[in-house]
Amino acid sequence: MQNKLIDLQHITKSYGSSTILDDLNLYIRENEFVTLLGPSGCGKTTTLRIIGGFETPDSGAVMFQGKDITSLPANKREVNTVFQKYALFPHMTIAENIAFGLKIKKKSQSYINDKIKYALKLVNMDGFGDRMPDSLSGGQQQRIAIARAIVNEPKVLLLDEPLGALDLKLRQDMQYELIRLKNELGITFVYVTHDQEEALTMSDTIVVMNQGYIQQIGTPTDIYNEPQNTFVADFIGDSNILSGIMIKDKLVEILGARFDCVDTGFGENNPVDVVIRPEDIDLTEPEKGTIEGIVTDVIFKGVHYEMCVMARGFEFVVHSTDCVPVDSRVGIHVDPFDIQIMHKAEYDDEKAVEIDE
Amino acid sequence: MSDKRVRFLASPYIIWSAGFIIIPLCLVIYYAFTDASGAFSFDNVADIISYVNIKALMLSMAFSFGATLICLIIAYPLALILSTVVSSNSSILSLLFILPMWMNSLLRTYAWQNILERKGVINGILSALSLPPLYIINKPQAILLGMVYDFLPFMILPVYNSVSRIDKDLINAAKDLGAGYKEIFLRVIWPLSLPGVISGITMVFVPSLTTFVISDILGGGKILLIGNVIEQLFTQDSDWNAGAGLSVVLMVFIVISMLITSKYDREDIR
Repeated sequence: MQNKLIDLQHITKSYGSSTILDDLNLYIRENEFVTLLGPSGCGKTTTLRIIGGFETPDSGAVMFQGKDITSLPANKREVNTVFQKYALFPHMTIAENIAFGLKIKKKSQSYINDKIKYALKLVNMDGFGDRMPDSLSGGQQQRIAIARAIVNEPKVLLLDEPLGALDLKLRQDMQYELIRLKNELGITFVYVTHDQEEALTMSDTIVVMNQGYIQQIGTPTDIYNEPQNTFVADFIGDSNILSGIMIKDKLVEILGARFDCVDTGFGENNPVDVVIRPEDIDLTEPEKGTIEGIVTDVIFKGVHYEMCVMARGFEFVVHSTDCVPVDSRVGIHVDPFDIQIMHKAEYDDEKAVEIDE
Repeated sequence: MSDKRVRFLASPYIIWSAGFIIIPLCLVIYYAFTDASGAFSFDNVADIISYVNIKALMLSMAFSFGATLICLIIAYPLALILSTVVSSNSSILSLLFILPMWMNSLLRTYAWQNILERKGVINGILSALSLPPLYIINKPQAILLGMVYDFLPFMILPVYNSVSRIDKDLINAAKDLGAGYKEIFLRVIWPLSLPGVISGITMVFVPSLTTFVISDILGGGKILLIGNVIEQLFTQDSDWNAGAGLSVVLMVFIVISMLITSKYDREDIR
């Protein structure tokens, strides 16, 4: 996992007057499952298309195994793409679709036949070779699109929101399927999505993007537990984001009350942003909590209850498997390691923007 | 919608097609298989075997084939270009090629006669530049030119429609799988555009095969196409039976050529 397979250096891309990517730097290691995650318009798809060779950056370089491939056309790159809307050739059978890349590489017919058989088995589509694409369901077409890409044995598989058009159950099945495929093939996956759950489930590394900037790079647990700014905190999962003042190391003041935390190095009496995940808030007897509040709303979500608790003018979102009835007086307690302290946003770009999902 | 309502809404079309398509067609067939006295006869249809008629039919086929081929060669690259330029520009561009359709075709053909005449526009320019004159009026080239010019829009429109409807992601997918420009064209664009090409061929080939106006005006009456033969039988000879007989033969030829084209269509597209 050490070698840099793809290295994007100072990539800038704009269309007309709107800048899509601004000085983007990102490297992707061998055999890594990297997810580019962000709201629409954040530049994630453009980044993928630059790696695939469908877009040329205005400036910057795309390095592949140490070689500059910035101006190499898509058909000469050792990467293959799975397109959002599958893009299967409608006038060819499934087998012909899968064979497309191999025929262009002038492989022997017996090699091609073996590969088709292998690929169909790999994506659990045995016996579909003679069907036409439009006779398959969306999920099946997606599998074929993946099969068509991987028979070419690419070093990197690029996936552009491949599960976006599938329904929830199928999407979850395909997530496990993709993880299995990645492990079996042992190649690098670069995956684009706006679905944070997808990203958390499948990725080795998540790259959170917004407005053409990378907001944070990290493992799913890093990204979830230690968001570096309010945008990441807000985009990944539900969160309570509050303004606070760092009194000193390991002590933060929120809504006039002092909470113990584990963060250090934010100076003394500095304004900070504080993130508390809804599931990390414990509701207690009123007098046992750090601050007191009133439950204003309870929604049953299946696995847990989502409760709104009004305390000192801030509405906390709380997730718990125990239901506390509306109008109850409760105490709010948060364990020190569940409080995440972040610097106040320095740039406007970093600030949380409206998330469209 | 209920069956009754569908039938009610369809009734004007049924009346139309009965009155203006089926009945005239029956009349043509009636005249084709009867002689002047009204008795059943094969002579009119068999007339096609005569040297003059066979020659006219073969000539018509050759002209139509040539005109269709030239139209396709001109229209296809144009359609490809139109489909790649930005949409706002493409509508203006395609309008430029469709615009001539809004003028009467007879008028356009007469215009070409003027342009190509011995002392016409082209030769005026050529002699002003002291270049040798171009005499193609009343020659096969002039007829071919007239056909191509008149029927080109009918090729451009369907081909452009089918080419522009090809999903850009399919082309990207082909590129992604290693295809160069030639392979993208041969394996993706061409087969996916075939339905448009087929309807373009139909829409150019059939009117070219039956035209008599273009060969009349630009051929100076020296070149007899099957359309001219039929026209003369009706207007000059007033022999409706013979004219109808040849018309039926021509129709059969058209049906056969359409069957052949649509067979290719199905084989390649599935």
